[in-house]
Amino acid sequence: MDSFADGLAVDLARFQFAFTIAFHIIFPAFTIGLASFLAVLEGLWLWTGRDVYLRVFKFWLVIFALSFAMGVVSGIVMVYQFGTNWSVFAEKTGAVVGPLMGYEVLTAFFLEAGFLGIMLFGMNRVGRKLHFFATVVVALGTALSAFWILSVNSWMQTPAGYAMNEFGQFVPEDWLQIIFNPSFPYRLVHMVLAAYLTTAFVVGAVGAYHLLRNRFSEGAQVMFSMAMWLIIIVTPMQMFAGDLHGLNTLEHQPAKIAAMEGHFENQGPAPLILFGWPDEEAREMKYKVEIPYLSSIILTHSLDGVVPGLNAFPRENWPPVAKVFVSFRIMVGIGFLMLFIGLWGLWSRLRGRLYESDWLHRAVMVMGPAGFIAVIAGWTTTEVGRQPFTVFGLLRTADSISPVEAPAVWASLVLFVGVYFIVFGVGIFYILRSMSKSPDNSHGLKTGVPVRSAGITPAQALEPNEGDRTDDS
Amino acid sequence: MILDYPLIWGFLIAVAIFAYVVLDGFDLGIGILYPTTKDSDERTLMMNSVAPVWDGNETWLVLGGGGLFAMFPLAYSVIMPAVYAPIIGMLIGLIFRGVAFEFRFKSSVERRPFWDLSFFAGSVVAAFCQGLVLGTLVQGIDVADRAYVGGWWDWLTPFSVMTGLAVVAGYALLGATWLVMKLEGAPQVHFRRVSKYAAVLMIGFLLLVSMWMPFINVSIMEKWFSFPYLLYTLPVPILVAVTTLVLWRALMSDKDYTPFVASLVLFLLTYVGLGINIFPYVVPNVYTLWDAAAPESSQKFLLVGAVILIPMILIYTGYAYYVFRGKIKSTEGYH
Repeated sequence: MDSFADGLAVDLARFQFAFTIAFHIIFPAFTIGLASFLAVLEGLWLWTGRDVYLRVFKFWLVIFALSFAMGVVSGIVMVYQFGTNWSVFAEKTGAVVGPLMGYEVLTAFFLEAGFLGIMLFGMNRVGRKLHFFATVVVALGTALSAFWILSVNSWMQTPAGYAMNEFGQFVPEDWLQIIFNPSFPYRLVHMVLAAYLTTAFVVGAVGAYHLLRNRFSEGAQVMFSMAMWLIIIVTPMQMFAGDLHGLNTLEHQPAKIAAMEGHFENQGPAPLILFGWPDEEAREMKYKVEIPYLSSIILTHSLDGVVPGLNAFPRENWPPVAKVFVSFRIMVGIGFLMLFIGLWGLWSRLRGRLYESDWLHRAVMVMGPAGFIAVIAGWTTTEVGRQPFTVFGLLRTADSISPVEAPAVWASLVLFVGVYFIVFGVGIFYILRSMSKSPDNSHGLKTGVPVRSAGITPAQALEPNEGDRTDDS
Repeated sequence: MILDYPLIWGFLIAVAIFAYVVLDGFDLGIGILYPTTKDSDERTLMMNSVAPVWDGNETWLVLGGGGLFAMFPLAYSVIMPAVYAPIIGMLIGLIFRGVAFEFRFKSSVERRPFWDLSFFAGSVVAAFCQGLVLGTLVQGIDVADRAYVGGWWDWLTPFSVMTGLAVVAGYALLGATWLVMKLEGAPQVHFRRVSKYAAVLMIGFLLLVSMWMPFINVSIMEKWFSFPYLLYTLPVPILVAVTTLVLWRALMSDKDYTPFVASLVLFLLTYVGLGINIFPYVVPNVYTLWDAAAPESSQKFLLVGAVILIPMILIYTGYAYYVFRGKIKSTEGYH
């Protein structure tokens, strides 16, 4: 079978997976946090009766609907790509990871889909309390989805609870060990916090944008204030979780840590390399700027602990060093910027200038997409760091691919790239346009359309797409 | 407890795929029927009749595909490369039609025709590709050493193109009769007429597929035309004839719900007929359910969840349909 040995088909299939998942993850990373934010807003509205929470809820509901639709359609692609491009992986691991994805569908996807319709369109039909229930259930669904898919991903990183059968297939031995495999708790916490931070920065940036136009905007104040609280609370938690995740990776995937740190030799004490360019051929770090002892302190919590280097591992088992090294630095760098923004926000708040500091607002606006970049950089670190394996240490990527000819993979890749840029590009444009509308206008969701006044009861006013679609009624 | 897990899972996945076919069938059908009207308001009504439920409908496709991956990984891994191009086509079709539900209302009125086209073409392509996959499986795929060994154009034959068109026609019938049920006034009259055309097409394709299939696959010939089997299989064509009659009379006598229900029954019978053709195989003539099954511990583990969760899913999905029951009124806008 030529295609098994065909490096081009492997590279194309890998690029296709990387491209489609990077586009896909943008949406769930955002909707996981946004669903919870919406549930909190609706809860606050029901509790306090303050109209502003309802307006902010409606503002973000439109954006949630758009993001969710794009998340759904880009997600279906992922399910089928396991079969089309990675059929050998599917055949070998299906018995172990398949049921976990089955549980994701049964516990999360149906739940989200079943209640999303009510959340978006059902306020008039079910009343406030049931509507709030639907919003909470959708938020729960997004979290359950993260639980299962991260269990699958973590098992590929740190496989446990399996045996092999005569066909070289992984077969389950212990489901609890499979689900709660060694890296899963760390990865789950790290990803869910990342999703919350991603949403916080988007919400904060939109709030900042509207505060720069009108600092007395009540809706903008609510979203900016809530986002800044979340940022200052969650960012330190995320750094702590990230540190623990790193220690876990050191224990189970030391070659990945070596690539992240950029160490070629085993060293103790090991310096922390801040910047540099890893030269895989020469096996050395070029142009490096380093801080003595710090890598040992971070990874071993002692001054002279030994930190692994890539030379301790066979060359054919190295991940692509430069990609892992650089993407890790992007993620960590953004993390520190987030902490800085959080502290700045707290300082402004304590001085009573949270809604008046133009420079803070500008900085938060610039940081609006930071969460997405950090998430993609973090995923690049962990996924490229898992290479050259699909199931770490056990199943090589080159042995996982479908017996499909390179032209088929080429053609589909070109199609996906074209379609994704057009469709999701337009979708992101619509999202940005929705974000630019004033959050104080409860039904001004669409331009160019005569706006009908909202109903006299809040229930009628909640109809999220009313102003949106009056032209259709 | 001794249970035949592969048989149970074969049945459950067949049910999931059937649920997908009829549920997404009528909402893909609505996209397929978009060009039958030029009226933008009427198109809005059509789309709004499924907007709250389409996402749930599509989830059955994920359960069908994901279930095959989990419970019959060998089958999944030989089928997917064999139908590579139709699957990619289906996915891209589903993207274009799925985003249209949101984008159509976010774009300016001048650009709306683009998203109407996206909804229509995406629906047709997705339906046609699903039919191609069906045809490819029925005609058989080349497998050796637990892997697909055919080329990446093997799926393209006159038979698979015909099954592709048949699925488009079938979904159009489901969509048209759904709209007869959900609309009233002039649009309802319009789709009652469309339903009649779609019914004729659907029955025509059904006859064509039924006559052609035995020649494509010899084992099918035996099931339908040799003596002891005939006793089991004969009721299917008889029931199809009866249902067709009911459907036609309902369309002639201005019934609201009967045409849709009759179309569903027609799909169920066709599906049972297909199931008889394929059983006990999961990859026709290559792997039986038992050959391709995941180990028992996998099948048991997911079955526990399925037994508890699927009834719950049916309850809350049913509730969602109940919330949005009744006619779509033009004055009600989105609801």
